[in-house]
Amino acid sequence: MSSTTAQHVEHRDDTASKLGMWLFIFTELLLFGGLFVVYSVYRYLNATAFHLAAHELDVTVGTINTVILLVSSMTIAMSTTAIQKKDKRTTLILIGITILLALGFLVNKYFEWSGKIGHGLYPGSPVLEELGRGDILFFGLYFFMTGLHALHIIVGMVLLGFVFNRVRKDKITHDNFQLLENGGLYWHLVDVIWIFLFPLFYLIT
Amino acid sequence: MTSKGSEQPAYKSYLEEDGGRKGIFRWILSTDHKRIGLLYLYSMMAWFIVGVTLGLLMKLELIAPGKTLIGPQAYNATFTVHGVIMIFLIVVPGLPAVFGNFMLPIQIGAKDVAFPKLNLFSWYIYVLGSILVIASLFGNGAPDTGWTFYAPYSFKTGTNMLPAALGAFVLGFSSILTGLNFLVTIHRMRAPGMTWMKMPLFPWTLYGTAWIQLLATPIVGITLLMVAGERILGIGFFDPAKGGDPLLYQHLFWIYSHPAVYIMILPAMGAISEIIPTFARKTIFGYRAIVLSTLAIAFVGYFVWGHHMFTAGMSGTALFTFSILTFIVAIPSAIKVFNWISTMHQGSITTEVPFLWAASFIFVFMIGGLTGLVLGALATNVHVHDTAFVVAHFHFIVFGGTGFAFFGAMHYWFPKIYGRMYDKGWARTGWLIFFIGFIGLYGPMFYLGITGMPRRYFDYLEEYHGPNIISSLGALVMITGFIIILINLIKSAREGEKAEQNPWGGTNLEWQIPSPPPLENFEEIPVIEKATYKFD
Repeated sequence: MSSTTAQHVEHRDDTASKLGMWLFIFTELLLFGGLFVVYSVYRYLNATAFHLAAHELDVTVGTINTVILLVSSMTIAMSTTAIQKKDKRTTLILIGITILLALGFLVNKYFEWSGKIGHGLYPGSPVLEELGRGDILFFGLYFFMTGLHALHIIVGMVLLGFVFNRVRKDKITHDNFQLLENGGLYWHLVDVIWIFLFPLFYLIT
Repeated sequence: MTSKGSEQPAYKSYLEEDGGRKGIFRWILSTDHKRIGLLYLYSMMAWFIVGVTLGLLMKLELIAPGKTLIGPQAYNATFTVHGVIMIFLIVVPGLPAVFGNFMLPIQIGAKDVAFPKLNLFSWYIYVLGSILVIASLFGNGAPDTGWTFYAPYSFKTGTNMLPAALGAFVLGFSSILTGLNFLVTIHRMRAPGMTWMKMPLFPWTLYGTAWIQLLATPIVGITLLMVAGERILGIGFFDPAKGGDPLLYQHLFWIYSHPAVYIMILPAMGAISEIIPTFARKTIFGYRAIVLSTLAIAFVGYFVWGHHMFTAGMSGTALFTFSILTFIVAIPSAIKVFNWISTMHQGSITTEVPFLWAASFIFVFMIGGLTGLVLGALATNVHVHDTAFVVAHFHFIVFGGTGFAFFGAMHYWFPKIYGRMYDKGWARTGWLIFFIGFIGLYGPMFYLGITGMPRRYFDYLEEYHGPNIISSLGALVMITGFIIILINLIKSAREGEKAEQNPWGGTNLEWQIPSPPPLENFEEIPVIEKATYKFD
């Protein structure tokens, strides 16, 4: 052991980082799990109001966003394959497409949200106060859950941007791509949560 | 490797390795698990002194009926901030963050944790969270909701509860990352030959704890975020006026906060399981039973949250189920106590300071545990609900349990951490005064609770005066003991006698490396052949 430097020898264990990422994903699912519990309780108590309120949401916009996220999950998965084939250019393009799709999702979400807010449907609004308790809870949950999900999209974009940069600088290569894979895992998590949010708010009517 | 003399080979300890950094940067930029453990220790000590001061303030207020020192609003703020600091800043991170960080890699024969940078990052998150908690003290009034932040009061109060709740959220994040790090470390970095059933018990309890940290903390995280959303946006999840249900808040809060009690106590049990065999000179009795009971506590502890809400309004079936589960979760704890006692049976016990702490731990933990059954039984619970009895029970478990184990672990591993021995005479005196003070402080509160004195009141009827005087005097005695212990340790860390490699004759890996350990603990990763706790 050298005593000249106090720096740790960077020991690499891909299985460990993957295990760490899976455990982290587990906690993220539980974070949303708390919200799913709240949703179930209030849906049970206000079935009719939730049913009617769901009609206010635009299924088309929701479907487009679902397709966007599914495609982005595919592109990020493809990038992991591309890096293993030592194809740096395709890897970068695929990560780039994923980030752009994420941006598209957010733009879509922005118009959807501002539409709702324009109609006076936001937490604490006078319109909502008049509509009644079920609607207050539905839109409260809608904004809270999709908002938290959008926050995860942004975090995912930052993470993928970081990964993009590492690939560009050849820090992620065909024999050292765990970071890309972890970024991909996180992105799939974001996708999976949306897969649950979409039917809960848009489809169950 | 097995030399027990005071001579140690020439080497550079982790305290001397500075990584080319100067002053405080040697600490706050180091990813060495040992330095990070000490960073937690020092920050926790600072907050602990704040928490103790707030506790003392309450006890002085209660020394006589009527207002003596602080009024009702200030009293509410005091018990809230005392609770938030003690729970979220000290006992929840407690043993895992300090001794887990320091000892886990050493005890499993690793050079560091799996993610050293993430480990340091967790400490920074901890500091950020603690700053938020302390910030809540300033501005428009300290929070007065109690550490439980019960809705709907938590979003109706005009006081500054938002930073405290967000602080708790941030601290939860730190706790999750530490748990994650330990899980991966234990799974991936055990030395060759260290099978699961050869792993010492302290890492085992850290393993159980880490799962609870990972599985329970996100729930309180999202709950506190919902309360924040309630306060900022008025979304109405827990507001009856908007269709929300405050009881749902209580459920979500206790789904985390009851398992959190096991986050606090499991590593404490692990430390006790290290200390007792060493000073009884005997292999731990029922190693397998202790391991299994650890996992059982972690598992069943997840399903007992409802016993905090017996009077809040639940169906009879729910009440019954939660009550019986509460009784079931007491079984594995009792198994551990039996195992510790059996370990001592026919051992050659030396009553060194760590052993005194461990023995007194068993004593107070048993009182705390048995009074817990009084609270877990439905009928008696209704009688003592929200009285001083609950406060006494809670402090016997969390302070008497975790606190005593923390001090025990501190005195046990101190020579390893600093390479110096403390003054044993003063340590013994400090322990005795502390122990007497502790019983004097919390003992009378059982009686007060049974006779009907409610908790969280700044005032009481004249008939409760006597026991309250004893309790307040007990607080003063206990703090005297604490000061003696603290000064002794600080002084000894600087100028105590040089400690041997293995002053207690312990059998685990930490005693087979020099004191203080070198930077990467082991020159060569050891190969484990024999079971743990085997004395020659």
